[in-house]
Amino acid sequence: MTTTTLPNYLEDKQGKKGLMVWLTTHDHKRIGLMYLAALSVFFIVGVLIGILMRLELLNPGKDIVDPQTYNSLFTLHGVIMIFLFVIPGIPAVFGNIALPLIIGARDVAFPKLNLFSWYLYMFGAMLALGTLLVGDGPPDTGWTFYAPYSVKTGTNVTMAVFAAFILGFSSILTGLNFIVTIHRMRCPGMSWFKMPLFAWALYATSWIQLLATPVVGITLLMIAVERMLGIGLFDPALGGDPVLYQHLFWIYSHPAVYIMILPGMGVISEIIPTFSQRRIFGYKAIAYSSLAIAFIGYFVWGHHMFTSGMSGPARVIFSILTFLVAIPSAIKVFNWLATMYNGSIDMKPPMLYAMGFIFLFLIGGLTGLVNGALAADIHIHDTYFVVGHFHYVMFGGTGFAFFAAMHYWFPKIWGKMYSIKHATRAFWVLFTGFNILYFPMLVVGIMGMPRRYYDYLPQFHLPNEISTVGSWITVLGLVYMIVVLIQGMRKGEKAERNPWHGLTLDWQTDSPPTLENFEEIPTVTEGPYEYK
Amino acid sequence: MNSGASNFAQGVDMAFYVILGISVFFLVGITATMIWFVIRYNRKRNPVAKNIKDNTKLEIIWTVIPTILVLVMFYYGWIGYMPMKRVPNGALEVKATGRMWSWQFDYENGKSSNILVVPLNKPVKLNLYSPDVLHSLYIPAFRIKEDVVPGLNNTMWFTPTKLGEYDILCAEYCGIQHSYMLSKVKVISEQEYLTWYNEKAPESDTLEAVGMQVIKRLGCVACHSQDGSKIVGPTFKALYGSTRKVTLPDGSTKEVKADDDYIKLSINDPNAEVVDGYQKNLMQSYKTQLNDEEIKEVIEYLKGLK
Repeated sequence: MTTTTLPNYLEDKQGKKGLMVWLTTHDHKRIGLMYLAALSVFFIVGVLIGILMRLELLNPGKDIVDPQTYNSLFTLHGVIMIFLFVIPGIPAVFGNIALPLIIGARDVAFPKLNLFSWYLYMFGAMLALGTLLVGDGPPDTGWTFYAPYSVKTGTNVTMAVFAAFILGFSSILTGLNFIVTIHRMRCPGMSWFKMPLFAWALYATSWIQLLATPVVGITLLMIAVERMLGIGLFDPALGGDPVLYQHLFWIYSHPAVYIMILPGMGVISEIIPTFSQRRIFGYKAIAYSSLAIAFIGYFVWGHHMFTSGMSGPARVIFSILTFLVAIPSAIKVFNWLATMYNGSIDMKPPMLYAMGFIFLFLIGGLTGLVNGALAADIHIHDTYFVVGHFHYVMFGGTGFAFFAAMHYWFPKIWGKMYSIKHATRAFWVLFTGFNILYFPMLVVGIMGMPRRYYDYLPQFHLPNEISTVGSWITVLGLVYMIVVLIQGMRKGEKAERNPWHGLTLDWQTDSPPTLENFEEIPTVTEGPYEYK
Repeated sequence: MNSGASNFAQGVDMAFYVILGISVFFLVGITATMIWFVIRYNRKRNPVAKNIKDNTKLEIIWTVIPTILVLVMFYYGWIGYMPMKRVPNGALEVKATGRMWSWQFDYENGKSSNILVVPLNKPVKLNLYSPDVLHSLYIPAFRIKEDVVPGLNNTMWFTPTKLGEYDILCAEYCGIQHSYMLSKVKVISEQEYLTWYNEKAPESDTLEAVGMQVIKRLGCVACHSQDGSKIVGPTFKALYGSTRKVTLPDGSTKEVKADDDYIKLSINDPNAEVVDGYQKNLMQSYKTQLNDEEIKEVIEYLKGLK
């Protein structure tokens, strides 16, 4: 391909001025960057709240805040991180930026709908943060809003659930957009099994978004009916069943866990072959395992409720299904490993984050097996073991995959390169801090410390202390990483169009790409990872 | 993990260690392989990659082996759990009440206690009851936990196998005092237990003391301090006879004096007149748990708390 003379998408303002260039854009790359900007702000807020929580838990008794404030802090931390960062995360940012590029399309199928999803997301986010400012104070129920406490507490729960509902809509529309894009807009020659694995992962994710998210809407409607009309659905004082609420909540929220992790796995499946310069091992196995995770993931929600008084047979069935959903993840890990075998491995930051992902996700996944086993779960359910487990999956998994994607597509997005040396160092600080922060949580959980505890018994002191120190190192790593990336964005050296020597279509066009991505829609004749 | 002190500890720990063993094996194995590949096939050492075709046999092997292993894990989880659902006949039944934010244990002969006292090596069945929100009765040393769900009759059982005192914690988030909703289970010999079980609550000489016992038994002090500090509800100190501004359900306010009638109303219908600065809906009615005589004694006790 020849170098085009057209301006790249960052320069091409289409005759608009100032912020309007962004706020009225239909370009998938700009929309992706708008998500990135918003998500980064919310992520930083979530991190700051997390730091305050760890500070409070440094010693038994009161350190900095009172219990009511602490309860609101962990609720907001959960709501912000889950609904505003991890769920939209990779699909909204890197799905938007990279999906049309890797399948050789000019944009997503519905560019205007795509912009509308962003506005819905922002509206939902404002509502969620608005609970802080209006009414009787921020919700104090935990991000799960369990009834009947959520019915009784005087805080702003209805508004927070409504925010989750709006955010859900944004998620549904993005999913719909991606499904149509993948079905209709692949470039000539790209059959389903010549599609990059990131597209496969987004495809599986989109179906979950489309099918599972409406359940949030149903649940909200039921809460509204209960609160406004006094019809007892969840509150036992009105003849309702609080466990029904838990079922509905997890019928959405467990599949949502796979909305969070599948795109991350897709990113890793792109990075490993590129940095090993080898065709991916077990392409079909990886593609099918994404679909398997999406499918089985619908039927395992009950494992969040093993102690809620569910019947014995139900517990057994949910337990066995939970174990089955682990298998496709294991298959992916083995195939990634086999891809590295005999490769020519370049340990640049994206690859480093991918390796970090595998290690942390392994710990997250394997501790998940402990939760899935009936007898073991009875002991560690609702303890810090669970908190440690899902931070390994959500932060160590999805979070590190997000950072991997950020370092991987950085030269494509900005046309510039960050400092490899400093990005590598930032990784090691972050990785070290992460483990010091979360590993002690697993230990203190096994010792019997329940989660959502403002204060704790003296025997839990040491692990909590270590964990808090870890939180400081983690933040140091995060700040370091962000500074390196911002420096790269502003003053980095000009990047070539294909600095990692990738074979997927995103690397075959300019960095940054033009508004229309490709001068001419490419035609592919072989799979995406056929390194020679 | 602290050593277990109930009949379930072995099954739970077994499931845990089986999974832990397999997990550590895979974590170490995969990480070591990864590091070895990174070193061995580094671009400096191995500038040109060698491509390898997919291998169906390998894919089948690494699908089947994990499947077998997770089924083994499931099996240990299952057999460790099964006995938890089978309560033996003749188990000692205790009603365990979890409320915001205290535990109460009622025995068959009417004896009531804030700590759970049980005889060694005898099966105990707890009938879980919550008058307000979700709680979860958790005894780490016994490896057991079950949610206390309002409106549901959840139960749990165990046989204590070691003498001693162990922590009881609330594991399901239940509001501002969640982390203080603590108690103990005390395992004593059967003989000691029978003595304890049959001894009457010590007769007290003064009215104050009886009122205080009632307050302690019902866990009032979890929210109402006796030293003037503000917890969740108004402090008991200098409460009696004071004048406060209260809000009625229709939103209007008025001044009331905390006299006998007001205290009785607050116990039986806590949301009727809520003192300004405190949240409503947090306290349940105690109508069925206190008789008039006991209310009178509580009032006498409050009078004494100047």
